[in-house]
Amino acid sequence: MTILTFTLILLLGAYLAGLAGSLTGLGGGVVIIPLLTLFFHVDIRYAIGAALIASIATSSGSASAYVKEGITNIRLGMFLEIATTAGAVLGAILAIYTPVNIVAILFGATLIFSAAMTMRKKHEGALAEGSQLSYLLKLNSSYPTKDGIIDYKLKNIGGGFSIMTLAGILSGLLGIGSGALKVLAMDSAMRVPFRVSTTTSNFMVGVTAAASAVVYLQRGYIDPGIAFPVIIGVLAGAFTGSKLLMKIDVKWLKVIFSFAITAIALNMIYNGFNHKF
Amino acid sequence: MNNSKETKRVTDYDMQQLIGQVLRYGVLISGLVAIIGGIWYLFQQGSGLPDYGTFHGEGEGYTSLPGIIKGLGQGSAKEIIQLGVVILIATPILRIVFSLVAFGMERDKLYVLITLIVLSIILFSTFGGLSI
Repeated sequence: MTILTFTLILLLGAYLAGLAGSLTGLGGGVVIIPLLTLFFHVDIRYAIGAALIASIATSSGSASAYVKEGITNIRLGMFLEIATTAGAVLGAILAIYTPVNIVAILFGATLIFSAAMTMRKKHEGALAEGSQLSYLLKLNSSYPTKDGIIDYKLKNIGGGFSIMTLAGILSGLLGIGSGALKVLAMDSAMRVPFRVSTTTSNFMVGVTAAASAVVYLQRGYIDPGIAFPVIIGVLAGAFTGSKLLMKIDVKWLKVIFSFAITAIALNMIYNGFNHKF
Repeated sequence: MNNSKETKRVTDYDMQQLIGQVLRYGVLISGLVAIIGGIWYLFQQGSGLPDYGTFHGEGEGYTSLPGIIKGLGQGSAKEIIQLGVVILIATPILRIVFSLVAFGMERDKLYVLITLIVLSIILFSTFGGLSI
């Protein structure tokens, strides 16, 4: 296989990753890493570098629209980014000492968790009364819906902050945005309404991934030959996905995608235990 | 929205529009640079064989800003792509810098502090010698 063939297949794969990512809410990294390692037999370290690039591209590309519509809670995102960036730097340091097969096993486990999270029912309602800390940190806000502006308040800020630190560590260690964990922290712990938690999670992924990407870039994990088809493919896919999202029902797509992700994850865990990385 | 205080010129709405623009243009410019570098790279080396099965790490030219700039001067395709990568990574970081300015203009001291903490963590990982 020549570089040209490799590039074209990767471009198509990255396009599908961006498309699936923006339709189901699972970041681009969950498709990029298995595609590179299981299909192309690329070293997992190059795959992690590529996945970080994919995460930043998906996040920045789609976040720009949500931020302008005023759905994203910028203060909440900024406050929680203290936890995710600190975690991401820690994770990127831990990655040096973690054997690659352990990284693969952890990645598989995270994939299964993310797939399960996609299927879970989210909190739709807004809390009327927030915790003391939520007022102090000015985290309570409002967002536009079809029925007008809805106010919401938050609780359990400390719990959300702790889960965010874990999300950051995993992001730095595995090269993914760990959006599923971010949504869990905001949705389950802090009771942020569904639309706000997914968009704010998406908004934060770019910064979290950038925090570890600078470390990985300096360590030589990001190869230009892999990076350029990934950037172009993921951006084009995410753009198509955001247009399609208005027109199609993604319920079944989420089910199919979650099963596919779980199968890939089991394969990665199996290979990890057999030291095939 | 805020009729009581006309002195408050910058609002959260302005910040949302500004941050949205920063993200949009960052991604667009990065994508364009990657396309230009990528086409050139394929033109030069498209018939070669990819070798990613074992990890050797990228050379100095692709991993540091001075290295990338030096390669750009020599018209190297791979360095043009890496410039696109750097712009992509810089986009969310630039978003933090713009938020810092916006919170400052809103005179929101608490969030100026919070934003500064996030920015220092990222700058620490950039310049803190973590490239072991």
